Amino acid sequence: MRRLLLAIIVLAVIGAGAFWWITEPRPAYPRDQWAALEEGGDAERGRIVFDAGGCASCHTTPGQNDRLKLGGGLQLKSPFGSFFVPNISPDANDGIGKWKVVDLANAMLSGVSPEGAHYYPAFPYTSFHRVKLDDVRDLMAFLRTLPPISGKARPHDLAFPFNIRRTLGVWKFLFFHRGDLAPDPSKSPEWNRGRYLVEGLGHCAECHSPRNFMGAIIESQRFAGGPDLEGKGNVPNITSGKGGIANWSKKDIVELLTTGLKPDFDTIGSTMGEVVKNTADLPQSDREAIAEYVKSLPPRDSAARRSATGQ
Amino acid sequence: MIRSFLVAGLLTLGIGTVLAQNLDVIKERKQTMKSAGDATGDPVKMIKGELPFDLPKVQASLQTYVAVAKKMPTLFPDDSKTGDDTAALPKIWENKDDVIARYAKLGTDATAALTTIKDEASLKATFPNILKNCGGCHETYRASKS
Repeated sequence: MRRLLLAIIVLAVIGAGAFWWITEPRPAYPRDQWAALEEGGDAERGRIVFDAGGCASCHTTPGQNDRLKLGGGLQLKSPFGSFFVPNISPDANDGIGKWKVVDLANAMLSGVSPEGAHYYPAFPYTSFHRVKLDDVRDLMAFLRTLPPISGKARPHDLAFPFNIRRTLGVWKFLFFHRGDLAPDPSKSPEWNRGRYLVEGLGHCAECHSPRNFMGAIIESQRFAGGPDLEGKGNVPNITSGKGGIANWSKKDIVELLTTGLKPDFDTIGSTMGEVVKNTADLPQSDREAIAEYVKSLPPRDSAARRSATGQ
Repeated sequence: MIRSFLVAGLLTLGIGTVLAQNLDVIKERKQTMKSAGDATGDPVKMIKGELPFDLPKVQASLQTYVAVAKKMPTLFPDDSKTGDDTAALPKIWENKDDVIARYAKLGTDATAALTTIKDEASLKATFPNILKNCGGCHETYRASKS
């Protein structure tokens, strides 16, 4: 009897240890190396990173039109509860004014905060981990030029157990695998740039893919669209599969990303309207690169869609 | 007896009003918005240089916008919130004043453009601003659709 009890205790300790090990936040770069990462950084190039990453779409203070006021506060609804987008303006107390490049790198590339806690994947580090360190550095240089905004967003409002950040370690263990996007030499530089923008900075798949019950992208349906997590309707399939955009030319995609006009001259709406404000500011070559890559996505048929106003 | 018929009739009528969605108006709404989209084609092609500048055609498009802006606010009765896969979001009925004001602005902008657009240069300068009215509403009041 005593031996059984001992075995149970030993197993429990091993289990807790394993849980602790799995859920341990692992930043991409040690913070004590921060000085080396600070060097360089170009705010002008960082502006392109900012637009390609669509930072403004979530982080802009709601209810006003200046896309460079990044006071946060926007509510993002999800099946797990509501997220409130943080302030990433350079305010020293309420924003990220005290952040070093290493902090932004760890946030974007590994989903870990300067305090060493996990971020929720509502912040799309699941795509951003493919971003080059140089781009992170340029982005930080650009963010530091923006006006500081005071005021913190309210804390996330999530159901148990999602409100315990440590459990995100399990989610990351299952669904988040860091890795570079090695260029494919058999493809054109334009295609490779497009892939980097779509799969990395642009994080297009985060909205344009269905998710499983744990909120992770279903890889076999990547880019095939799915229900709009934030509300009603469906996010479109952007592959050439059934229900997708096979009949769109590369030019059509560039046009959408520039003016928001679809091939039938309907103006894009919903959250993509915000995205177009970002892509409209990109260099034309980047919009063309995005279109080139999107046209090459493997065809996947749309998943079951729901009615536009249905839940 | 007559009274109970009357009550039954009223009840049926009442229930009927709650359930029956005004599918005709939803259809008309879609057609009206589609006409605005169709009117956008020519001027945009002229801006891109795919069509030669043609003032009467531009003005015809602007007249369509004016007509659409006038008609649309009447096409959101309370019994047209759902049905026929409408992409109109419930927010429209919560912010009716804003929706009406936005259509009014589209009407004003399009009317003004009837005189300000005279050539290719003024078309390029003015038309994209009119289109911003479309996107502004679609972002807030229309569900994403695939």
